[in-house]
Amino acid sequence: MSANTVALAYLIASVFFILALKGLSSPLSARRGNQFGIVGMVIAVITTLTITKNWALIIVCIGLGGAIGAVVARRVQMTAMPELVAFMHSLVGLAAVFIAIAAVNNPASFGLPETLPMGSKLELFLGTFIGAMTWSGSVIAFLKLSGRMSGAPITFGGQHRVNLAMAIIMIGFGLWFFFSATTNWTAFATMTAIAFVLGFLIIIPIGGADMPVVISMLNSYSGWAAAGIGFSLGNPMLIIAGSLVGSSGAILSYIMCKAMNRPFLSVILGGFGSEGGAAVVGDGTQKTYRSGSADDAAFIMGNADSVIIVPGYGLAVARAQHAVKELAEMLHKKGVNVRFAIHPVAGRMPGHMNVLLAEAEIPYEQVLEMDEINSDFSNTDVVLVLGANDVVNPAANVPGSPIYGMPILDAYKARTVMVVKRSMAAGYAGLDNDLFYMDKTMMIFGDAKKVVEDMVKAL
Amino acid sequence: MIGEIDPTIINLTVFVLAVFVGYHVVWNVTPALHTPLMSVTNAISGIILVGAMLAAGPAETDWGVWLGAAAVTLAAINVFGGFLVTQRMLEMFRKKDKKGS
Repeated sequence: MSANTVALAYLIASVFFILALKGLSSPLSARRGNQFGIVGMVIAVITTLTITKNWALIIVCIGLGGAIGAVVARRVQMTAMPELVAFMHSLVGLAAVFIAIAAVNNPASFGLPETLPMGSKLELFLGTFIGAMTWSGSVIAFLKLSGRMSGAPITFGGQHRVNLAMAIIMIGFGLWFFFSATTNWTAFATMTAIAFVLGFLIIIPIGGADMPVVISMLNSYSGWAAAGIGFSLGNPMLIIAGSLVGSSGAILSYIMCKAMNRPFLSVILGGFGSEGGAAVVGDGTQKTYRSGSADDAAFIMGNADSVIIVPGYGLAVARAQHAVKELAEMLHKKGVNVRFAIHPVAGRMPGHMNVLLAEAEIPYEQVLEMDEINSDFSNTDVVLVLGANDVVNPAANVPGSPIYGMPILDAYKARTVMVVKRSMAAGYAGLDNDLFYMDKTMMIFGDAKKVVEDMVKAL
Repeated sequence: MIGEIDPTIINLTVFVLAVFVGYHVVWNVTPALHTPLMSVTNAISGIILVGAMLAAGPAETDWGVWLGAAAVTLAAINVFGGFLVTQRMLEMFRKKDKKGS
């Protein structure tokens, strides 16, 4: 194929990638969107095959990687999606580094001049260090999410200064690489090594509960790494696809930060869990609360007109999604209007809870976002809070509270509130939840799955 | 005139416009599908596969080619894994769609 034909084919592939994301604006068009993405990728790969040699090697490698990918995609549990996503980010990062090294080694294979021009060196530098940081950062995120490494933030004195010093040294080596007349492997290798270490250091101080932000951020990085390689190779398709991914990740990070009411910078600087844990203790007075049984709760819900269920990650931990679906169906049959209210940080990654409920075959029309449902709480009979805490804490409306300003689900406005919880222990923010002590609140202690199953039986 | 422009500038033009497109398209994604959004963007960032294929492509085989081959494998895991897991998730959002109607 001529260079022009290749460029046009790449343009068509790029358009398909944009359509892929556009499809996700509704569950109805989403599957077609994904298929557009696949078509774009097929076009891109076939076009590239026409301009490379070593077909056998490439096809074997694609087959091998594809088989691994297919197995992983089929086997992964929906609760483990965050780990899978972190794992895949790390692959993009590592691939970007490999490609950059190969490009420095043999610029001609990418159509670059034998002695790399300054511009290409700068682009390779950017692609390599973003890729390296994406890889090591994602590896840490993966280890933390899968529980192979403690989710607690790891901090040490002068951490930020160490990071800053390393970043400056890395840029120094980058400049050395940049200004060397010949290919300066020492500078390039040192810079890459520092970038790997920096990726580790940036992610270890971030606590487990901030992982939704970290995942989104690494999603963004993996996109920028692809775009960076696109710049190096002068390939607009890589730049377009990379930018789409990069901006998507950035927007998701922003949404997650807003939902947790945490400035992006403070998440990135990390160490939140260590301060948050002990910061707030109850005021010492023993507050009274009302507890009830699953049977009582089932009776009240059965006689209600409207019920809103607020699921939190605790629900997924207890694997109670299917029991909840049965409960919702039972109530529905009794003529109760059942809906689900999802807080943006209800799961471990953006949109995670929606997927978990969808897996349990809960119709997505019944699953509503915070903004859609918040105004309905005040004329709802019963709110059932399952494994959620901070996201329904009315303290967020009280100035001076540590979580003041965090958007919450207005569960406290409902006529009756039921909270299923293991104990009265505080949530992640270490805050007492006034919702539990309101006169209209009934606490139901126990494992979420067990309690919900009991409710189903009682109905 | 276009021939005199540094290719980096043209790339920068493409980049800035693509970021704008990405920004507007992604804000339209429904929050319920943010997890599939993330897995499909994972697959799309696997487009780096194209760069990996070029690295693995030269006829004279040296260690750079093997590095490229490794990158092809990694990127292929992403492409296949990303699209397939997205498809699997979106199937879940479909099922009820039939039942509900």
